[in-house]
Amino acid sequence: MTRTINVEVLARVEGEGALTLVLDGEEVVDARLRLFEPPRLFEAMMQGRACTEAPDLTARICGICPVAYQMSACHAVEDALGVTVGGELRELRRLLYCGEWIESHVLHMVMLHAPDFFRVPDVTALAALHPERVRGALQVKKAGNAIVAALGGREIHPINVKVGGFYRAPRRAELVALLPDLRAALDEAEQLLDWTSTFAFPEFARDYELVSLRHPSEYPMNEGRLVSTKGLDIDVREFREYLREEQVPHSTALHAQIVGRGSYQCGPLARFVQNFDRLSSRAAAAAARVGLDPSCRNPFRMLLVRGVETIYALGEAIRVIEAYVPPTPAAVPLPMRAGVGHAVTEAPRGILYHRYELDDAGLVTHAQITPPTSQNQRGIEEDLRAMGPTLAKLSLEDATRHAEHAIRNYDPCISCSTHFLTLTIEQRRA
Amino acid sequence: MSRPTLAVWKFASCDGCQLSLLDCEDELLAVCGAIELASFAEATSHVAPGPYDLSLVEGSITTPHDALRIKEIRAQSKTLVTIGACATSGGLQALRNTRDHAAMLASVYARPDYLETLATSTAIADHVPVDFELRGCPIDKHQLLEVVSAFLHGRKPNVQRHSTCLECKMRGTVCVMVAKGQPCLGPVTHAGCNALCPTYARGCFGCFGPSDAARPVPMADRLIALGTARPVVERLFETFNVAAPAFREGAARARGDAPPKDHE
Repeated sequence: MTRTINVEVLARVEGEGALTLVLDGEEVVDARLRLFEPPRLFEAMMQGRACTEAPDLTARICGICPVAYQMSACHAVEDALGVTVGGELRELRRLLYCGEWIESHVLHMVMLHAPDFFRVPDVTALAALHPERVRGALQVKKAGNAIVAALGGREIHPINVKVGGFYRAPRRAELVALLPDLRAALDEAEQLLDWTSTFAFPEFARDYELVSLRHPSEYPMNEGRLVSTKGLDIDVREFREYLREEQVPHSTALHAQIVGRGSYQCGPLARFVQNFDRLSSRAAAAAARVGLDPSCRNPFRMLLVRGVETIYALGEAIRVIEAYVPPTPAAVPLPMRAGVGHAVTEAPRGILYHRYELDDAGLVTHAQITPPTSQNQRGIEEDLRAMGPTLAKLSLEDATRHAEHAIRNYDPCISCSTHFLTLTIEQRRA
Repeated sequence: MSRPTLAVWKFASCDGCQLSLLDCEDELLAVCGAIELASFAEATSHVAPGPYDLSLVEGSITTPHDALRIKEIRAQSKTLVTIGACATSGGLQALRNTRDHAAMLASVYARPDYLETLATSTAIADHVPVDFELRGCPIDKHQLLEVVSAFLHGRKPNVQRHSTCLECKMRGTVCVMVAKGQPCLGPVTHAGCNALCPTYARGCFGCFGPSDAARPVPMADRLIALGTARPVVERLFETFNVAAPAFREGAARARGDAPPKDHE
């Protein structure tokens, strides 16, 4: 007997894609995650632009994580120009990233992913079941957005980020005004994590190669070496020598793999597993309370990791603001010169690589941008293959639901991967 | 009485404008109480069949399939509102309109033949009639709430069409162009952001597109007279609203070309 499911739209992901799963008994004989967001050709559009335009232009790749694009763009251009941004300016960048992690993680946890655990279509239906938890979560999200708006000018596509620093450093009072809501959000975030820890997480694990940044003293955001759970330990400038993208017919995103080894995963789980010892004591205690430790390889539990990272980011934001002294000037000077620059920063969904070649007037002659979702796409397909025995036991409706849920573990940002999800499960049975 | 139905549609875009709705943390649950989310893939797996009372359309048309899909959506929508620079002017990806599209594809993809795309990125209004256009890259969420509530009450949205420059004067910000000589597109840019950039010590870079009655030629001339290099002025006009006629005219002036033919 052959059964086929066609779900036209995989909902609650950012951007557009489709999935085809072919099951023969318990075996998934084909798993193809298709990202068919129309290609916008950002890397080609960057050619001939001034390197100083890179943060504003590449932010438009993704409305959910524009700060990540701005951070990777700034660091890569600064690398090409031989400029280092330190001190209070570096702290402000960390603060901005905290804001984006908070709003993006809570958006995914409560509005996109939590409905799966309650078999409801969306956050409004969830709010009817758990009004206090949803209202609390929205307040946490709002506190994250408030950081981005105060420092960046607005939540989506901030306008205050520039290569070398900021256009204007905020006055101390502007940031201190955020503190009461951030402290209240920290308590809400603890409750949000405790609530999500009661969800029924499916049992599943694979022997992943997890890749993230690792910094000598910090939980990684803007800087560090690129390391993996299987021994990768490289400078970010070596990214292209070890991590390669290839084009596949069924997707407008390019697939990434580690040369000679195959797929890898990046994102909250990879960061957490490799940087558990860099968490704040409060975030580490929260992780221990909900039973998370660095041995975790269950992608369904990534929801909890996002909760722990949200607690971390709120605490980190409070730390930066409490110590804040406005820097003068708000940006370091930029001597234009020809060169090649690389950067990897930790977007909410994982490592985001930018590489620019500049001519001596500072115009971009070549750009490469590798977003987290295209790096995770291959591993998501492998997760679905490994779920064959589970999917085979479920009704087609429940199998579809389970597969969509598994994809959402990664919070795929298909707009980023420069793409719409339609789910097709074909079931072949003897 | 049943609630009006809202559908949100995505074409080539970054998702940021529809995300503006989810960023209304204080208003979201109230909005969802007043309307039925009939189709909004980013927010809900519930899909109700059309027709829809209000459709919000994000993104530009860049594929043959999307050129057909927007016609179906128009046929299913009583009111259709476009949101954001991609939907109202073609977006940043309209940079391809004046470049060699095949060469651009080949520079990103090893196998361009796997892809089906158009050589242009165009606004929704170039394909179907549009009832209202909300500008911005991204749109302002308060303006979005105003458009949705105006629709719910059957009135015209209260959205100003004057320039960012006027917003800036009303706000009382010191002019970055006059006081500091910074290039600023405020005089030719559509209002809506409350003149945000000058409050952060930077000139406007035109993300809301041209205002009504914008005069891009004197704007380009003034920027050049201030000492801004011509290629910098050209690039300033050629960002998220690169295909908007007035901004094309400004860019052409900066290059020293004749004005684009299709613009009076």
